[in-house]
Amino acid sequence: MDEDDVFDVVVVGAGVAGCVAAYQLAAAGRSVVLVDRGVTPGSKNLSGGVFYCRVMEQVFPGFVTQAPVERRITRNVVSFLNATSAVNIDYWDTRLADPVNAVSVLRAKLDPWLAERCEEAGVFVMPGVRVDSLLLDGDRVVGVKAGDDELRAKVVIAADGVNSFLARSIGMRAAEPTKHLALGVKSVIGLPRQVIEDRFGVTGDEGVAYAVVGAATAGVAGGGFCYTNTESVSIGVVMRLDDLVARGLSSSDVHDQFLAHPAMARLIDGGELLEYGAHLTIEDGPAMVRQELVRPGLVLVGDAGGFTLNTGMTIRGMDLAAGSALAAARAVDAALTAEDVSAEGLGRYRTELAASFVGADMATYAKAPAFLEHPQMYGQVGELVADVMHGVFDLDTTARKHLVPTARAALKDSPLTLRTLAGLAVGGMRGL
Amino acid sequence: MVRLGTVPERLAGNHYELDEAESHIEVDQDVVRRTGCGPTLVAICSAHVYRLEDDGSVGVEYAACLECGTCLAVAPAGAVTWHYPRGGCGVAFREG
Repeated sequence: MDEDDVFDVVVVGAGVAGCVAAYQLAAAGRSVVLVDRGVTPGSKNLSGGVFYCRVMEQVFPGFVTQAPVERRITRNVVSFLNATSAVNIDYWDTRLADPVNAVSVLRAKLDPWLAERCEEAGVFVMPGVRVDSLLLDGDRVVGVKAGDDELRAKVVIAADGVNSFLARSIGMRAAEPTKHLALGVKSVIGLPRQVIEDRFGVTGDEGVAYAVVGAATAGVAGGGFCYTNTESVSIGVVMRLDDLVARGLSSSDVHDQFLAHPAMARLIDGGELLEYGAHLTIEDGPAMVRQELVRPGLVLVGDAGGFTLNTGMTIRGMDLAAGSALAAARAVDAALTAEDVSAEGLGRYRTELAASFVGADMATYAKAPAFLEHPQMYGQVGELVADVMHGVFDLDTTARKHLVPTARAALKDSPLTLRTLAGLAVGGMRGL
Repeated sequence: MVRLGTVPERLAGNHYELDEAESHIEVDQDVVRRTGCGPTLVAICSAHVYRLEDDGSVGVEYAACLECGTCLAVAPAGAVTWHYPRGGCGVAFREG
C-alpha cells in the first residue's frame, strides 16, 4: 500500500470528544479524517445538556462567545421532589458568569460548529458514513471499514459513543452491566424568550439548571433535569437501567409523569414540543474508565471510554469528553512522532489523563455511583426533608419545638432510621 | 399544559431519514419467548419501537428508533440484533 493513502489519524464520531481530538491533531499538522454516521455532524448526538465548558477555552479561545451555545448557567437548583411537595436548594451566583462556567447546549446546533472548526483546521470531515468495523493487521488496528470502503490510518480514535461497537468488536468492552448505564429521555419544549426570562428569573443570556431527585423518576434510581435554552427548555429524566427494568415501568411514562408533575408543569406551561429524544448514558464512568482505553493503533475517548460523572449535583459528560480528547490527542501526537503506535507507545494517554482534571475527577468520584445506589435517595430522603420543613413552617397553633426536636419527630415518622441516615451522610461525604 | 401527544405523535414531529430497504433491528422470537423479555423491551423503549403481538411474538417498528441502544443493553443475549442504521439514515436530531 502506498504510504500516501494512509492517514495519520481516523476519528470515528463527530461529538465533542471526536471533534476536539480531530481538531487538536490537525492543528498539530497531522492528516486527520473525521467520520460520522449522521447526515450532518451532530445529527445523531443528544445531551441533557449542560456543558461545563471551561476546558473548551484550551481548544477554542472565546468558545462561549463564538460557539452556538444557549444560555450561561448562573442558577443551579437542586430539588428534592415529592408527590405534593418540593424542597429546593437554589444557588444563584454572578461569579458563575465571569468567567462562564457552564452553558446549556443543543447538540444539533453545537456539533456542526465544532465540525466546521475541524474543517478549517484541515480535517477531512466525512458525514453520512457509518463505520462498520476496524481494519486489523494482527492485533494492530490499521484503519476502519465502512461498507466496501477502507480508510487506513496509523491511529484510530474511537469517539463512537456509549454503545462503542468498535471497542466491542475487538473485545475491549463487553456488554456493560445495566447498573452502570442509565436511559435519558428528553423533550425540548419551545417557549418565547421573554417567558423563559420571567418564569425562571433570569435576564439576557443567563440560564438555570435544575437537578431533581425523588418523585422525578417514580422512585427509579436516577433523576430529572430541566435546563433553559435560549428559546426552549430541555426537560427529562435519567433512569438507571437495572432499576428501571426491575420495576417494569415504561420509560416514556416516567418521562411524561415528570413533565406533568405540578412543580415542573408550571415551568413549561404553554410551550410547544419541538423534539422528543432518548440517549443511553453512563452511570458508573469510573468503572468503565478503569477498563482498557488503548490497543495497538486504537484509542477510546469520550463516552466510548466511559468518561462521564454523576456526582449527584453535577452530571458531566461533555467536559470530560473534551478533556479525554485533549489527553488522547497529546498522546497520539507523541506516538506518531516516535513512530510507535503500539499499546506502549500510546500508553502515554493514561499519563496525560492522570495529569489532567479528567483523571483526577474520575478518581475523586469513584465511589459516587455506589452512594447513588442507595434507594432511599429516590424517595424517603426527599420526603423527610419536606417533613422537617413542614414542621418548621406549619404554624398550626400548637407549641413550637426547636429545630432538632422537629427534625427528630419527622425522622420518627419516616421509614428512615437514624442509623440509615447517618450511613447515607457518611457515604455522601466520602462519595460526593 | 404542554400537549405532548402520544409517543408516535411526538416522533412524527422529529426528523427521520427512513431506510426503506433495511431494518437495523432484528428480534429472535424464539429467544424472546424462551426468556420472556418481550414486556421488558416494550416498556424500556421510549420510542415504542417494540410491541407485544397476540401470538406472544414481539413486533418491531424500526423507523421510530431514536438509536439510544437501550434495548440492546437490557435484552438477554441473542434476543435483539441491533446496530446503527446505515450512514445518513435514521433519526436526525434538529435540537439534540
